[in-house]
Amino acid sequence: MIPAVFEYERAGFVDEAVELLGRDEEAKLLAGGHSLIPAMRLRFSRPSLLVDIGRLDDLRYVREHGDRIAIGALTRHADLVGDAMLREHCALIGEAAALIGDPQVRHRGTIGGSVAHGDPASDLGTILLTLDAEFVARGPGGERAIGAGAFFTGPFETALEHQEVLTEIRVPKTAGTYLKHVRRAHDWATVGAAAARVDGRVHVGLTSMGPTSLRARTVEDALADGATPADAAAHVAEDAMPPTDASASSEYRLHLAQVLVRRALERM
Amino acid sequence: MTSVALTVNGSRCEADVEPRQLLVYFLRDRLGLKGTNVGCDTTSCGACTVLVDDESVKSCTVFAVQADGSEVTTVEGLARGDALHPVQQAFHEQHALQCGYCTPGFVLATVSLLKENPNPSETEIREGLEGNLCRCTGYHNIVKAVQAAARAGA
Ligand SMILES: Cc1cc2nc3c(=O)[nH]c(=O)nc-3n(C[C@H](O)[C@H](O)[C@H](O)COP(=O)(O)OP(=O)(O)OC[C@H]3O[C@@H](n4cnc5c(N)ncnc54)[C@H](O)[C@@H]3O)c2cc1C
Ligand code: FES
Ligand code: FES
Repeated sequence: MIPAVFEYERAGFVDEAVELLGRDEEAKLLAGGHSLIPAMRLRFSRPSLLVDIGRLDDLRYVREHGDRIAIGALTRHADLVGDAMLREHCALIGEAAALIGDPQVRHRGTIGGSVAHGDPASDLGTILLTLDAEFVARGPGGERAIGAGAFFTGPFETALEHQEVLTEIRVPKTAGTYLKHVRRAHDWATVGAAAARVDGRVHVGLTSMGPTSLRARTVEDALADGATPADAAAHVAEDAMPPTDASASSEYRLHLAQVLVRRALERM
Repeated sequence: MTSVALTVNGSRCEADVEPRQLLVYFLRDRLGLKGTNVGCDTTSCGACTVLVDDESVKSCTVFAVQADGSEVTTVEGLARGDALHPVQQAFHEQHALQCGYCTPGFVLATVSLLKENPNPSETEIREGLEGNLCRCTGYHNIVKAVQAAARAGA
């Protein structure tokens, strides 16, 4: 399967990428290519121009940013897995990155591409939503920060504008856990459940349980009111719209989500 | 057309490529390196695994233009003259293949795995090779070959 014809430009810095995107309404950024190239091969996606930001190594970092941790958008999944700063301050991210696809996928895929793609099955998307991460985007008008709650707007849709490049993701220093159910090794999540302590509350997030990564706010409220993990997890149905597809029915997903949320909460 | 300059198995190569040309077809059709196989063409099977700057990647999911400036290693680049690479030698000795279609991909995935983790446990080997599928062997002898290669200091 060969993608449709496209033009190719490699950006040497972020503002050049912004400028190149401005040339063509059908242009797309190329980071690790591990969501985009499969979609292009199937011709689900047919950009006329690819702007390659895969070599922007100055966007490949994990560092302290005040009381938060800042992660460059071009940081690869494999970088997250081994990162000492994350292990100390937000271990959940590296642990979840280790569950993405397989080593070959983790060598190429980036955290920025994982969230910018807006895939409801993205593990890191769910975790960053649960952590209430802040997304920093640069566009023609300069830089802006987007809160996680406003970032995931629909299936394969985010708050990023056409000409905006996601440059950095900021997360709190905190503890959490992520549980992922897969049918076979290296599969995407049939269901994933995240729990993390953020600003004195326990946040709960879900993967593959609706049109985007979701927060299970009814579950969170029940916990805040003192419910046990099992009682809180029973509320998942009120927070999710699980799809039926080739890997699971909606009912089975709901069952899995209740079990995974309970187990995640028991570990908090 | 876009110009690329990369090093493949130690030799420098310059070419004009269509941006949509996938690395695996560049290697097979332009350079004649047919050791890298296409199994699934959907980023699943790992038959097309090569090393780009010493890391395993599925070359059916990388455009040749993305490898510009990189060092690419395919199965043809592992042996030194008549001496097989220790991972190839271990696959041979442990009978880690039957039809052999998946083997170049497994060998390169193993080289990458052992570089990151020279002494993997059995579980780490199985997880480290989860991106590669074999329809013949049942994996048992592949795991033994990786253990043998690790002992040989590959
Ligand atoms: C076999 C396989 C298994 C996988 N399994 C999993 C899994 O289990 N869990 C999981 O979460 N993911 C999985 N993935 C997806 C993988 O994590 C991708 O790498 C990731 O979703 C996309 O990151 P990328 O860097 O490859 O982005 P690309 O494919 O390059 O880009 C994806 C989209 O994001 C846009 N984009 C990229 N970077 C930016 C940026 N900085 N700013 C703005 N827009 C940007 C692109 O324009 C494109 O639309 C799998 C992929 C494969 C091929
Ligand atoms: S041919 Fe590339 S992963 Fe199967
Ligand atoms: S030996 Fe035949 S597919 Fe692996």
